[in-house]
Amino acid sequence: MLGFLIRRIIQSVIVMLAVALIAFMMFRFMGDPVNSMVPEHATEQERAEVRERLGLDQPLFVQYGRFIARAATGDFGLSWRNARPVSTLLAERFPATAELVLVAAVLSLVVGIPLGIYTALRPHSFNAQTLQFLSLVGISLPTFVTGILLILVFSVWLGWLPSFGRGEVIDIGWWSTGFLTASGLKALILPSIMLCLFQLTLLMRLVRAEMMEVLRTDYIKFAKARGLSDRAINFRHALRNTLIPVITIFGLQLGGLIAFAIITETVFQWPGMGALFIQAVNFGDVPVMAAYLVLVSFIFVVINTSVDLLYASIDPRLRVDDAGPAGGGH
Amino acid sequence: MKNRLMMTSAAALLGLGLGAASAETLRYGTAADIYGFDPHSVTDSFTNIFMHHIYEPLVRYNAELDIEPALATHWELIEPTRIRYFLRDGVTFHGGETLDASDVAMSLMRAVHPNSPLRGNLPGLVDVEIVDDLTVDLIMGGPSPLLNNFLTNIFIMDSGWLEANNSVAPIDANQGEEGFTTSNANGTGPFIVESRRPDAQTVLVANPDWWDEPQHNLTRIVHTPITSAATRVSALLSGEIDLIEPAPLQDAARIESAPGVRMLENPGLRSIMMGFNLTDTLNDGNVDGNPLADVRVRRAIEHAIDMDLIRDRIMRGKSRNTGALVAPEVPGFTEELNERLPFDPDRSRELLAEAGFPDGFTFNLNCPNDRYVNDEGICQAMAAMLARVGMEPRLVTEPRQIHFERAQAGQTDMFMLGWATLPMLDGFSVLSAMLHSPDGSMGTWNPGGYSNPRVDELTRAIEIELDPEVRMAMMVEAFAIAKEDVAWLPVHQQPLSWAARDEVELTQSADDLVRLWYARINR
Repeated sequence: MLGFLIRRIIQSVIVMLAVALIAFMMFRFMGDPVNSMVPEHATEQERAEVRERLGLDQPLFVQYGRFIARAATGDFGLSWRNARPVSTLLAERFPATAELVLVAAVLSLVVGIPLGIYTALRPHSFNAQTLQFLSLVGISLPTFVTGILLILVFSVWLGWLPSFGRGEVIDIGWWSTGFLTASGLKALILPSIMLCLFQLTLLMRLVRAEMMEVLRTDYIKFAKARGLSDRAINFRHALRNTLIPVITIFGLQLGGLIAFAIITETVFQWPGMGALFIQAVNFGDVPVMAAYLVLVSFIFVVINTSVDLLYASIDPRLRVDDAGPAGGGH
Repeated sequence: MKNRLMMTSAAALLGLGLGAASAETLRYGTAADIYGFDPHSVTDSFTNIFMHHIYEPLVRYNAELDIEPALATHWELIEPTRIRYFLRDGVTFHGGETLDASDVAMSLMRAVHPNSPLRGNLPGLVDVEIVDDLTVDLIMGGPSPLLNNFLTNIFIMDSGWLEANNSVAPIDANQGEEGFTTSNANGTGPFIVESRRPDAQTVLVANPDWWDEPQHNLTRIVHTPITSAATRVSALLSGEIDLIEPAPLQDAARIESAPGVRMLENPGLRSIMMGFNLTDTLNDGNVDGNPLADVRVRRAIEHAIDMDLIRDRIMRGKSRNTGALVAPEVPGFTEELNERLPFDPDRSRELLAEAGFPDGFTFNLNCPNDRYVNDEGICQAMAAMLARVGMEPRLVTEPRQIHFERAQAGQTDMFMLGWATLPMLDGFSVLSAMLHSPDGSMGTWNPGGYSNPRVDELTRAIEIELDPEVRMAMMVEAFAIAKEDVAWLPVHQQPLSWAARDEVELTQSADDLVRLWYARINR
């Protein structure tokens, strides 16, 4: 177990170094950030001075090396756009993204799994067929279209919900939360629906397929033959076995939620990390982009590691370290 | 915990004040947020105009873009390089400090500090001498006819406040420390900062002690950046926002047809134009040499482009076609310069044949796709029009960061550029940046290498000529030469595009800067 964790930590460091390197190689194709930082009539000399002060005149690997050396001490530098420390900026935005992703993840689980079970148990009912059809829409419609449609219906036509922002937030230490005010909760509804829609429909279809598969297996037939109630069969036996692959997919998709949050945050002007990243891209704000990408790759590694650990604890067959008698004979 | 208390009490105050106060709250949505409050660390024009609500310069533009006294009441030329400014008596900063000469001296020198990206916006300032408490002398490196124009953009901060907060030098983006002035502001302007959450909301309240007679009737301004254009329009239509800028042109019809909101669309200062590669070879050519270096070919291009069609079909009739490189509001403009060569494809083909290219030639045509109003559409139309007379432009449209880097590096044969002449609001801006031969200090935006000795000579003379009439005549002469040479191909002045609720009364200045101290809400 400990060995597994250490291996994972080493791997994650390598992943982050690689992400930062790829990021730095891509920044060169993003255009010259100096253009956003000087007046349009600035002379060549003024431009060169800015370039030199930011270290942009140095070769790529020197810039990369400096970034890594400073990042190792926890210093990600100042944003070129608004001259504030990148770590402060990310810390300020993290709560907004975290709350949005959390609500979207919970929504997709709480709605997606029951719907999946329902459509698996009553595959031929009218409701199940309708849900199946709607889930196709949910999976194939680009999320920004859903977002704009939601705004059009619920903000412009009905006027029920805000079309942008987080509403009123309350600061608890460094964490700003929208959970404690009415306007904050209202503001969460549309963005989290937009963000969870893909995930929700994916979970629903996955649970349905897995559940139908499990319901056809022999041990369910035996359980039926033993005269167990439908309830016990469906929820105690079938559902449990269904959930194992669902957890893996959900874990992997959690990282996807953070990535997709970029689009949601842009559409709803949600002041999270994704919106920060998009603004950094538009400006050519290298310190913010680099730090964001490294942070997100770190989050991905943490999620995947947790999923692996969780998976192993749910399914005894997968514990590599104590393979047990099942693996014997080789 | 402290913040939480503040929030609750703010909410309580808001609740009590509802009714009277909320009637004059202006909710304002823009595409981008301000970068921060430090007025000497950012060159972004939106941040700059937003700062005008909080900080003030010595002189300012009014809604008609005329210069009028602000913190200075009057000024006089002592010597060509020494200009005396008399400061307004009894002006106080939001923090209570009184404005005096040391504030002006420290602020101006801060703006031209080596760390300041703004120092090109106050060229030639050598020193500021304090004459007495309310009088300063600006010492210039040479005669500076545009000094007042430049000063409209340089904000005055309080010297004691800067010293107390260790902020006498502007922020250096390469130092790892956060500057106090990025998140705190203390100006003399019509509005006071109440709160700010970057990229979410900035709240200003009216300054009750402002020295000037307010023409606005606002009590609060709530500014929200809304990056997504569709969301910005939705927020206006749903009544969550009172004023948006910019309003996307493709939504203009929808906004006009919606009840309670309207578009504000006037031609702005920004002139769109096409630059040419005038060097010996094309970047993407199929012929020897560079046909574009021949003025007949450049005239052929002008004859081939139907600007009326572009205006009516692509710009919804809202742009103003131009033959000049500057807008009518900008000194240096005359009606004669504004005449375009007529749209005449036959003449265009004749000229091409005369120049020795009856079968046309290939070249690249580069445009941004996210910088100017319908930039990509204009270029697609142009490419089609040029193809009709036999040329083979290869259209490349790219995001602004890449486009401008490529254009400035001279990797394009024909490229789009827009120029508003801000902040100096003078034809000299175009002459020095785009028409003077590139020599390191001038010709920064002349990557095609246009070079005419007479234009260079005139530009150098205009830089230091203090007599407005002589200066104007020289500018007109220089622009006429550039026009004869088709150094640049003028396209149009693009329309400004704001949208507001009907109860918001607002003047739209041609420089596209939103001056909310002229805004009124009539409910």
